[in-house]
Amino acid sequence: MIEARGLVQTFHTRQGRQKAEVRAVDGVDLDVAEGEVVGFLGPNGAGKTTTLRILTTLLKPTAGTARVAGYDVATQSEDVRRSIGYVSQAGGAFSGARAGDEVVDHGMLYGLPRRVVEERGKRLFEQMDLPGLWTRMPKNMSGGQKRRLDIVMGLIHEPNLVFLDEPTTGLDPQARANLWQHIRDLRDRLGVTVLLTTHYLDEADALSDRIVIIDQGRVVASDTAANLKAQVAGDLVDLELVDPALIPRAAEKLAVLAPGPGGVEVVDGHVRARVPRAGRAIQGLLRDLDGAGIDLESVEVHRPTLDDVFLALTGRSLREAESAPSGTDGQPRAGEHEVQPPTPPGTPTATPAAPTTEGAVR
Amino acid sequence: MSTFFRESFIVFRRQLRMNLRNPAWVIIGMLQPVLYLLLFGPLLEPLIGQFGAQNAYTFFVPGMLVQLGIFGAFFAGFSLIGEWREGVIEAERVTPASRTALLVGRLYRDLLQLLVQALILIALGWAMGMVASGTGMVLGVALTLLLGGACAAASNALALTTKSEDVMAPVINMVMMPVLLLSGILLPMTIGPAWLERASDFMPIRHVVDAVRSSFAGDFATNALGWGIGWSVAMFVLALWWGTATFRRENA
Repeated sequence: MIEARGLVQTFHTRQGRQKAEVRAVDGVDLDVAEGEVVGFLGPNGAGKTTTLRILTTLLKPTAGTARVAGYDVATQSEDVRRSIGYVSQAGGAFSGARAGDEVVDHGMLYGLPRRVVEERGKRLFEQMDLPGLWTRMPKNMSGGQKRRLDIVMGLIHEPNLVFLDEPTTGLDPQARANLWQHIRDLRDRLGVTVLLTTHYLDEADALSDRIVIIDQGRVVASDTAANLKAQVAGDLVDLELVDPALIPRAAEKLAVLAPGPGGVEVVDGHVRARVPRAGRAIQGLLRDLDGAGIDLESVEVHRPTLDDVFLALTGRSLREAESAPSGTDGQPRAGEHEVQPPTPPGTPTATPAAPTTEGAVR
Repeated sequence: MSTFFRESFIVFRRQLRMNLRNPAWVIIGMLQPVLYLLLFGPLLEPLIGQFGAQNAYTFFVPGMLVQLGIFGAFFAGFSLIGEWREGVIEAERVTPASRTALLVGRLYRDLLQLLVQALILIALGWAMGMVASGTGMVLGVALTLLLGGACAAASNALALTTKSEDVMAPVINMVMMPVLLLSGILLPMTIGPAWLERASDFMPIRHVVDAVRSSFAGDFATNALGWGIGWSVAMFVLALWWGTATFRRENA
């Protein structure tokens, strides 16, 4: 469905008197097979939207080639446009126009007759949980309804491939969960291939068959969530002792189980290490600690999360990457117009603080 | 070609629907020339002999017509910025529709609006005593539409280039002041000193004003008419090209 090789996009920005060249996309290769749901994960400004705009023919790549739905994005852009649906971050329905009118006009721009578009649009409204909203204006809709309307517009010409750019940004947790279900349905019920971008770990985890991690314009990993997590050396075991004086001895015991390069860390009275297959190893560890007379206040085992994966691959956590976009090359966000709050409420973007014994594994 | 008209018509119908839902701008745009006609026109009546004309309204209505064409159309781009911000332009650009159709459909709306305003203005002028040639009025309105189309296309192009009302508003104000002052819309440039009249020769819209004025007066043999038609067509073609280029450009 998508076959991209060496995509590069450079922008020229001006900071004071200095002209700077920003490589927003820096040699991206991407393959997406038919029927896949691929999550494009990365911090804001990593080049996700820019890559998407290249693949949807809205932006001509500075270098590289891409075939989308069998057509070349540079030379057969009209055929590409005919075969794909694109739901941008901003949406596509005007806030002061009636939803149904916007859908019909959008569909008719694909050359479809009004009757077909209307019938299809109304059916999609039912499928997308928008009954009775045909004549409502988007400005009077909830965030979730508006997003679903945007997706209806992206589907009106029945494309086989849909691009969703940050589909759930700014939605409350319930609306997100609901939208996820609809996105899953796209593939399961309509057989649509989906490429979605997100900077939410849980979203990539929950929705994608495969995750492509992008950072500073480059693809740094591409695999299933399970495989990516398996690359991180083991689960995080976190011990809190009743008597802090015994920390060195507890650390010794834990070190036996942690062969990885990270070794044992002591943070705020907690002893932590990455332990392969911790579920098995922990029983012996507890027995050992008990035998040594070390009493525990708490034990936690965290399965690796995508944030750990991101950390292992790029040397910084996704959250850090969000707040301080790459110190070196200024502002890699050029060309992207992301209008979301930095961290919407209810989004567990980082897990270390979460007091669970199980990380988010589906 | 039929695809082009179909696509531009879809865009036009959508724009018209939104305009009719929120007609405030149409009314405000209309009010300005009507007020000029009612409140400024009478001041011209005692002076009109000095301009080398007989009827104040035959002189003044063409000027107002051109002003309507320029000023109303210059603001057309503002609604485009709102649409761009809400992702509408992007959504339209991702369809296979012709980029020129996306622009031209919007121009149809501006031209229709301008035509309606022009007819109201002419009717009002006629009620106040304007005496004008029928053919001349048709030609004058046609020239106004060409000029209005050019300004609307330029305004849309400017909107997609700046993508910000805050940048666009001062630019338009900056352009409009000299246009208003050097085009002889309110008073003919011929009554001014020679240097001012020379300066106004470089203002293309002045020639359009002159042309619309001569055609209203039934004076079809003058050079002014040829210059006015030439400038209108040239500006229209140029602005259409610019507008299409911004819709087509990869990063618009």
